[in-house]
Amino acid sequence: MATQNTRGLARLMMAPSVILLLVWMIVPLSMTLWFSFQNYNLLNPANVSFAGLFNYRFFYTDPAFFQSVWNTLMIVGGVLLITVVGGTLIALLIDQPIFGQGIVRILVISPFFVMPPVAALVWKNMIMHPGYGVLADINRLLGLQPVDWFAQYPLLAIIIIVAWQWLPFATLILLTALQSLDSEQKEAAEMDGANVLNRFIYLTLPHLARAITVVILIQTIFLLGVYAEILVTTNGGPGYASTNLVFLIYRTALLGYDVGGASAGGIIAIILANIVAIFLMRAVGRNLDR
Amino acid sequence: MARAVTTRHKIIATAAAWAVALVIFFPILYTLITSIKTEPEAIAGFNLIPSFTFENYVTVQTQRDYIKPFMNSVILSVGSTILALVIGIPSAWAMAFSPTKRTKDVLMWMLSTKMMPAVAVLVPIYLMFRDFGLLDTRIGLTIMLTLINLPIVIWMLYTYFREIPGEILEAARMDGAGLWQEIVYVLTPMAVPGIASTLLLNIILAWNESFWTIRLTTTSAAPLTAFIASFSSPQGLFWAKLSAASTMAIAPILIMGWFSQKQLVRGLTFGAVK
Amino acid sequence: MGSITLSRVSKSFGEAKVIPSIDLEIQDGEFVVFVGPSGCGKSTLLRLIAGLEDVSGGQILIDGKDVTQKAPAQRGLAMVFQSYALYPHMSVRNNIAFPLKMAKVDKSLIDKKVSDAAGILNLTDYLERRPSQLSGGQRQRVAIGRAIVREPSAFLFDEPLSNLDAALRGTMRLEISELHNQLKTTMIYVTHDQIEAMTMADKIVVLNRGNIEQVGSPLELYSRPRNLFVAGFIGSPRMNLIEGEFARSKGAKTVGIRPEHFALSHESGLWSGTVTVAEHLGSDTFLHVNVDGIGQINARCDGEFEARHGDRIYLTPNETKLHRFDEQGLAI
Repeated sequence: MATQNTRGLARLMMAPSVILLLVWMIVPLSMTLWFSFQNYNLLNPANVSFAGLFNYRFFYTDPAFFQSVWNTLMIVGGVLLITVVGGTLIALLIDQPIFGQGIVRILVISPFFVMPPVAALVWKNMIMHPGYGVLADINRLLGLQPVDWFAQYPLLAIIIIVAWQWLPFATLILLTALQSLDSEQKEAAEMDGANVLNRFIYLTLPHLARAITVVILIQTIFLLGVYAEILVTTNGGPGYASTNLVFLIYRTALLGYDVGGASAGGIIAIILANIVAIFLMRAVGRNLDR
Repeated sequence: MARAVTTRHKIIATAAAWAVALVIFFPILYTLITSIKTEPEAIAGFNLIPSFTFENYVTVQTQRDYIKPFMNSVILSVGSTILALVIGIPSAWAMAFSPTKRTKDVLMWMLSTKMMPAVAVLVPIYLMFRDFGLLDTRIGLTIMLTLINLPIVIWMLYTYFREIPGEILEAARMDGAGLWQEIVYVLTPMAVPGIASTLLLNIILAWNESFWTIRLTTTSAAPLTAFIASFSSPQGLFWAKLSAASTMAIAPILIMGWFSQKQLVRGLTFGAVK
Repeated sequence: MGSITLSRVSKSFGEAKVIPSIDLEIQDGEFVVFVGPSGCGKSTLLRLIAGLEDVSGGQILIDGKDVTQKAPAQRGLAMVFQSYALYPHMSVRNNIAFPLKMAKVDKSLIDKKVSDAAGILNLTDYLERRPSQLSGGQRQRVAIGRAIVREPSAFLFDEPLSNLDAALRGTMRLEISELHNQLKTTMIYVTHDQIEAMTMADKIVVLNRGNIEQVGSPLELYSRPRNLFVAGFIGSPRMNLIEGEFARSKGAKTVGIRPEHFALSHESGLWSGTVTVAEHLGSDTFLHVNVDGIGQINARCDGEFEARHGDRIYLTPNETKLHRFDEQGLAI
């Protein structure tokens, strides 16, 4: 199909999506950049003036900003830790000869398809609720005081909820990778005298390294943008204890009506995302090249 | 040592796997159970046996007009998926069957647009939507959902189209098929499964999208994500009803998800894991 | 009806000149085999004839008419692909009927031709099945059936047997040869397997790096190879090639002797050496001998001849069957 005619036709077929995505990339981003240098508050829309780096300095000096960046990194790191370790273990378990593997897979994969508001509310009201939540009941059974998760450990609670949602994704990816490990390799290792643990360390884990890398990269992209779970449970509180960068910017924009500030925050969010991406790519990039 | 897997091994593994699976699934299961309890039952404490009443499902509709956000979810996810396919199929087609040296770069660029943090463009998008009268409209939200999922749609279609063996198209050409006949009789039937898989995954992703659907809607276009999110403040005796609403909100996608595991791996790992 | 002429045909992919210039005549009804090592351009040449690739230079004539610019479907040829390229979503019947459907042939005529083709190929019981439900050999036959119904001027086969196991390959080789006898249509067959070439061809074209080394009947190529390449390529096991003193004494740079052209003896002979490996096939035995002053020689003897590793053995090459090659590798 590679003749002169089709080259022109191909470009025509690609045009709509390329143009659309180009516009989608450039227009809003340049507007954000522009706004970030403006004094622009929606409560006073007529009064717009050039603000230089004021918005950025404001963010930089705001203690809530550093707290939110820290919380963002905690959420990403915490969820990654739980999902990668948990996902590997569960994948290993499901890969065993078990009865009803199909149903086990379906049960394990379900949380991923639950929309975040529902997931958050279920955890908030049914499980973590200090009054009638399941964990409270268990605590009372053990003679302990029920934990008020969202008051005492708000960030941890968010991490648990988000990890619950993403554990299936990691498990599924790792299980798929696990099942692609050539069984002949395992047999060869066994002939070479490797026991179960050795086979895991020297064969399985290196094979999984690539899949783990992919899981980490993909999840990080989505985890940097956790939003609904915070909105529906803690609203970022108490104080800023569970506010991540996304939530801080949201509050600045739509609760504080500060367009300039929120835009500066947005640019910072992009920079942060790129830094994390570069760091990740360098740290785990070699795994992808294999 | 016996080579065959011992039954003991199988039983222990099965027990452990089922235990883990049930713990993970428990929140969903308990929501389902609570949805068929009465309200007093729902907060009476941990109880796995409901009274099997469906009153909550009825009340949710009559008291809160559950149908409207449900229909919005359907329209938004199906609508944005169809729009994404209409734009994406020709793109993926051109990239798969007339590739150039730059094709891979264009693809990577498209995927990178998905990695932009949504919140960075919250302000301009919100203001633009407000100024163009798109806030709280189904059209506006459909466009948003199409834009953010377009990269994944194109990517998935591209990988499926590339799997169609070139030799079969050459055979069709040798058999006398013109371009149009090649497309209609050979290419399209072989592409349909891939398109269906992409459609399935995209409906799931659009249905569950929880940033723009909440921030750009208020009442008329709010889908289930926004609807459920509006119940975030505790209001006492309402938990059974909320469980019913939640069950209905997640049930279709849950079931679709059970059948789309392979598509999930393909679509969201960008081919890095097979 | 099915004569094909290639006149100064050349093909380049970008900078790489894959086929410099080829002239070839194929007579109507011939079974021609293109053979050569990987990358020699045989598949490319086939695809140029088919029209799936455009020539960079030269002309292709079918029955005297210039088809160089014509699309594949208009050349009146049919191709059987290495991977069979069956339409997975169509039944066997619809696969075979497809070319007729494209030619807008009348439905009743299509049914008749499909049943005829299915009859010839023993596919009648499988007409309603999908390709995924067929074995490798059956799929091969469906691919051939699809080609037959087009009633082409020539059939093009692109390494059709490489995906089959050894036993099946032997059977299909016979079937294709019988098909040729039955239909008497020109067939161009590409393979890297010189045994397929020797057993099936009327004419063999030996290709190496885009150039024709030699064209001739199997026996011609076997007994009168034009150069070192053909001498070493045709014939299994390989011809023995000897340089050095012995070659010079015969007035050549290299001398070739086929394994079967030695007389072997335990007592005396022109050469003597030690057996390194003895391969007993039952009907024949191949002895790998380290001949003093000559090197490693592979000699064939009757299966009854006794020889073992380490034995001292005497070989006498048949003088009338020597092949002599000069400095450029051409036969003298």
